[in-house]
Amino acid sequence: MARVLLFGMLGDAAGWRERTLAEVPATLSALRALLSAETPRLAEALARPGVQAAVDKTLARGDVALTQGCEVAFLPPMSGG
Amino acid sequence: MDIRLQIEPFDPGALLTAFSQGRLETGAVVSFTGLMRAEGGEADTLELDAYPGFTEAEIGRTAAAAVARFGLQDVLVAHRYGVMAPGEPIVFVATAAAHRRAAFEAADHLMDYLKSRAPFWKRSCGPSGDRWIEPTTQDHQDAARWDAPEPKETP
Repeated sequence: MARVLLFGMLGDAAGWRERTLAEVPATLSALRALLSAETPRLAEALARPGVQAAVDKTLARGDVALTQGCEVAFLPPMSGG
Repeated sequence: MDIRLQIEPFDPGALLTAFSQGRLETGAVVSFTGLMRAEGGEADTLELDAYPGFTEAEIGRTAAAAVARFGLQDVLVAHRYGVMAPGEPIVFVATAAAHRRAAFEAADHLMDYLKSRAPFWKRSCGPSGDRWIEPTTQDHQDAARWDAPEPKETP
């Protein structure tokens, strides 16, 4: 199981902000590919410059392996409050 | 150091009173309160998206760095997320130091960070529709004032 969170305009693009996946993709890039294949608008939004991902609340640098029970968040460029 | 991320409104006066109490070696407390602007009727509400757990941790890293950089004795950041209406406080920062310069500068620095680089995603909802707001050029320039200068190349 993996929890996926989308913030800001990514949630609008996908039409959802939180989801639980029964099968955990092996890597962050595999998860990104899976979500992108489902929703072209999300694919476009995820490909924008400055979009980052956090795995278990830590910013991921490059590709990382995903584990059972992990939480993955996709973050558009941070705008400040 | 105290970093709070909350949906509920807060009372800036009460936060400042509590923060200032019992400080025998603090010569200066500076506070800043940010309120939501109505933008002349263009903004009915402001929606701030945050990532609880992650957002506080990121703000905490910058606050800890500010404590070290400016020699602060203490810092408090309270930031709301969710939906806010014009006139409501959104953010409160207080800094405590032995002398005023450090307290002023650290509060200024923290606000520049919070307004431009902190993990929030901001949406303005008004009569002309909803839109996600990016930091302004001015916000970026304000934040960049505190960045370390590029190391000079030695010939």
